[in-house]
Amino acid sequence: MLYNEPSPLEVKILTRRFGLENSQSLDTYLATDGFAGFRKALDMTPDQVIDEVKASNLRGRGGAGFPAGMKWGFVPRDSPKPKYIVVNADEGEPGTCKDRVLMENDPHQLIEGMLIAARAVGAQAGYIYIRGEYRYIIDIMDRAIAEEYERGYLGRNILGSGMDFDVYTHTGAGSYECGEESALLESLEGKRGQPRIRPPFPAVAGAFQCPTVLNNVETFCAVPAIFRDGAAAFADLGPPRNGGTRLFALSGHINKPGVYELPMGFNLLRMIQEVGGGIRGGGKLKAVIPGGSSCPVLRAEECDLSMDFDSVAKAGSMLGSGGVIVMDETTDMVKLAVRIMQFYQHESCGWCVPCREGTLWLEKVLTRVDNGGGRPSDINLIDELARNMLGRTFCPLGDAAAMPTISLVQKFRDEFEERLPKSVPAGDPRLVVVG
Amino acid sequence: MADLVTLTIDDRTVTAAPGTLVINAARAAGIEIPAFCYYDGLTLQAACRMCLVEVERMPKLQTACTLPVAEGMIVQTESPKVVEARKSMLEFLLTNHPLDCPVCDKGGECELQDMVFRYGAGESRFTEIKHHVDEKQFSPVVFFDAPRCILCYRCVRICDEGMGVGALGVINRGAVTEIGPNMGDHLVCDECGMCIDICPVGALTSGAYRYKTRPWEMEHIGTICAHCSNGCKTTLGVRNDRIIRGNNRDRSGINGEFLCIKGRYAFDFTDHPERLQSPLMRKGGELEPVSWAEALAAVARRFLEVKERGGRLGVIGSNRTTNEENYFLQKFVRQGLGSNNIDHHRTGDVAALISALAGTTGALASTADLYSAKAVLVIAGDLAQQQPLLSFQIRANYRHHGCRVYVVTPGPVREDKYAAKSVRAATGEELAAVEGLRDELRKESELVILFGDAVRGEAVRRLVALGDSFGIPVKYVCLVDYSNSRGAADMGLFPDLLPGYEPAQTPGMTMPEMLAAEDLEALWVVGANPLKAAQLGSQYAFVVVQDLFLTETARRADVVLPAASAYEKTGTVTNVCGEVQRLKRAIGVMGAKPDLEIFGLLSKEMKINAGLWHPDRVFDEIRRSVRGYNVPLPVLATGGAAPAVPLNGHIPLEARPDLIRSANDTLFTSGSLGRYSKSLNSVMEAPGGLYRG
Repeated sequence: MLYNEPSPLEVKILTRRFGLENSQSLDTYLATDGFAGFRKALDMTPDQVIDEVKASNLRGRGGAGFPAGMKWGFVPRDSPKPKYIVVNADEGEPGTCKDRVLMENDPHQLIEGMLIAARAVGAQAGYIYIRGEYRYIIDIMDRAIAEEYERGYLGRNILGSGMDFDVYTHTGAGSYECGEESALLESLEGKRGQPRIRPPFPAVAGAFQCPTVLNNVETFCAVPAIFRDGAAAFADLGPPRNGGTRLFALSGHINKPGVYELPMGFNLLRMIQEVGGGIRGGGKLKAVIPGGSSCPVLRAEECDLSMDFDSVAKAGSMLGSGGVIVMDETTDMVKLAVRIMQFYQHESCGWCVPCREGTLWLEKVLTRVDNGGGRPSDINLIDELARNMLGRTFCPLGDAAAMPTISLVQKFRDEFEERLPKSVPAGDPRLVVVG
Repeated sequence: MADLVTLTIDDRTVTAAPGTLVINAARAAGIEIPAFCYYDGLTLQAACRMCLVEVERMPKLQTACTLPVAEGMIVQTESPKVVEARKSMLEFLLTNHPLDCPVCDKGGECELQDMVFRYGAGESRFTEIKHHVDEKQFSPVVFFDAPRCILCYRCVRICDEGMGVGALGVINRGAVTEIGPNMGDHLVCDECGMCIDICPVGALTSGAYRYKTRPWEMEHIGTICAHCSNGCKTTLGVRNDRIIRGNNRDRSGINGEFLCIKGRYAFDFTDHPERLQSPLMRKGGELEPVSWAEALAAVARRFLEVKERGGRLGVIGSNRTTNEENYFLQKFVRQGLGSNNIDHHRTGDVAALISALAGTTGALASTADLYSAKAVLVIAGDLAQQQPLLSFQIRANYRHHGCRVYVVTPGPVREDKYAAKSVRAATGEELAAVEGLRDELRKESELVILFGDAVRGEAVRRLVALGDSFGIPVKYVCLVDYSNSRGAADMGLFPDLLPGYEPAQTPGMTMPEMLAAEDLEALWVVGANPLKAAQLGSQYAFVVVQDLFLTETARRADVVLPAASAYEKTGTVTNVCGEVQRLKRAIGVMGAKPDLEIFGLLSKEMKINAGLWHPDRVFDEIRRSVRGYNVPLPVLATGGAAPAVPLNGHIPLEARPDLIRSANDTLFTSGSLGRYSKSLNSVMEAPGGLYRG
């Protein structure tokens, strides 16, 4: 099902079957070039498959933007251990809801992407790790998998090629941290969802300590198109080193929120104005979080920006998971900081000290400031605590909590200062009683 | 060995083997990188972030505990960035820490205190309300105070990896993460207390020790555990002549920091209310307290009477008394009383092994060998229950070196979990099962074989022959029960063997013979309880018992002499692997005397010259006269373990498998001593059982 009207500006590669009747069914999939990419990949050697992905400039859609072909290339194919394909469908980044529509509308595209990856590295089993809240999507994926087994697209000797591949779904249990790839693997193995020490990386020692290709749903979904239409066609859709299209989840104070597939490098202001229909009620843009809640916030004047990994990084933020959160001038940036920190405090796994203690402390200070109980020193304290977390935590969750906080204090310091109580003498007992 | 890697740490050139972690390379060079969660021998965590260091060409600070050295690496451990990061980590750690140091057991020896003192900020910027959780009791001996916990996961790892138990886990997440028992509200475990010991803060505290003292008010005396045969060093915390704590934080001794429940908690028999503190003498049918002088005079008089009459006198020695005491006792009996009627409860056939290994060298395994051997074969022993240190060593060997473990036991044991091969064999069929493993064992490059009391007499000889046939170096451990079982054998508490396994001219009576003899005139029992399971055949025998408690045997006695325990005397003991270690006197118990002193006073009373009865003098004689015991004194004096190798020629030994019988103690029993340990008896696992896996 679709949640928003498509935009005429969209370039529909991954979403081309969205809106078709029975788009979840294998028949529809096959009738619309389904498995064309996989069939091509079957005729190629594993090295050729990996080279094709490299040539497509496909970069990981989970947030970090690591080149997918390179990641596949790290898998030691001569290892005697079994190899695994793992799909990260633990979509939990606030502001992001693209994997959901991809699986909901075109589940076979994801499985085809997995099959091609399996072909590239010689894997015989794959897992789709789906966040527990996506209960209905697990059913959709299970139905799609069952259908493919029935028709010989999964199982033994797929399409007579001699290739075997099994796919399983696995549910998360409500932890954001399990979207971090190594925590996801721990959880997949039935352990506590906390990140692993790396190296070794999953490509070498992933699921069950075996070589593993682990990518985001959107990354795998892009793969069939690369083989169907050719790597060059895919790469040409975006700017250099940023191949293909991206599913942007536009949310916030805009007229037409939704998930839109746009070429990499699409201008952010244009995205807000032309795709998203502009700010609601004709208001004025104040700020944008360009790639999910863990990215530093961009002020309105910083938003004339090409939405690709490199340009957004240059602007001091991240393209992340493509969750574009648009905020108009009514937005309270202190409350935003509190809300973001509440989320990360709640989701911190507790493994390492700075994230576990830092997020709680920051949440308490931010809440106090928001409630009017702040002290002048609190603003620097917030900034310093966030910087004390930044780059020192075990996994990127601490950074994800620190980066937006630092950017908010930096760019909207005046709002924090305004929230401080006026003309309260130092040592006022009211300042001490905080909770 | 691969070439060494050269790197620079704090402007000093350091070399280290490839794969060495920066934290260890630095430590080896004398540069301390602070850490809570990094712990030698346990898996890496990188959770505490205290060991962050600056590495050239790496944008972020790196955890020195996970970073292997690399050629040309330049590391800064005291740069402003690093100092600042450490300070902030400690500030974070203290946010929800209760700072209740004045009432915390750990105060004064707390790693968090030390770290904050050395690296922390002088003041805290945290003014919010702290997260609080009430204290929990996990077991009678383990308490948990969550707010103090810094979540270094040492306890979880030592329990899972070190002990092979895995009773502790992690519950909740984020700032409310807690350590918790995997069984919900209580521990089902070895109750070893390793988790408490390894805790850097006062989060896990000991049920036996908590709130009793401040650490600096105690004297710390390193001695050898009084219980099983493994000979662990336990450092007793003593205040006002009472033992308050047992641990081994200085990692001295053959056990490092390892201790089981017995070494850590079961010192409490020393001040059990039923402890004998006065000699007792039977008067009008009842045992009544008498003076030492009266008791000793009575014993001397009766022993001399029996000796002069040429009556039959039997002596049963102990598995727990020191080598000096055992040596002195047999000398007293053989020379002074003119009898070879001396025996002890034999818990393993050490004599048969010593005989079978005649003419070989290096065939007796040390405790350290169990940690380094490429392969280990366990026959008829539930090590985790009966030999906890040996079990710990083998587990560590498996984890660190991938040692291949073979198990031949009558039932499931903990070693099964990681054994290369486990075979179930009923008692008596062990050797056939080992025979079945021949092809695999032959492929090993070396082997240590441990065998329990089921392999005895002729079977020991056959086992050694089997070991020889593998064509690889094989070492052996004959498993025995108690703290000086091995020493009792070495010191000649046998009717037919003198110290050092020299044959006696005219063999005396064995223990069952003494107990059964209807014409026995006197029975002298030192630190043993033979009448627990047997009847005394002689109706009129004069029975003298030296013990800590009024055991079944002591109740039958005519004179009971209160003895000092191992924690109350000096001397040496020999552990299961033949390592001689020194006891240090920790406390004194009023009224009780060390057995050696009792022997000495008796010899004086009887005008028998068996030599000076000072432990050092007796040990001098042992070193001179007992084969294998010429051990270096400096090793013992500095708290080390010296191997005694009493291997000699063939021992003309009558195979008497019927005399070999282990008491089959578990982790939670310890012969008579265990019955008087409140902490051993308080845990829900007591008395435990063997071969339950």
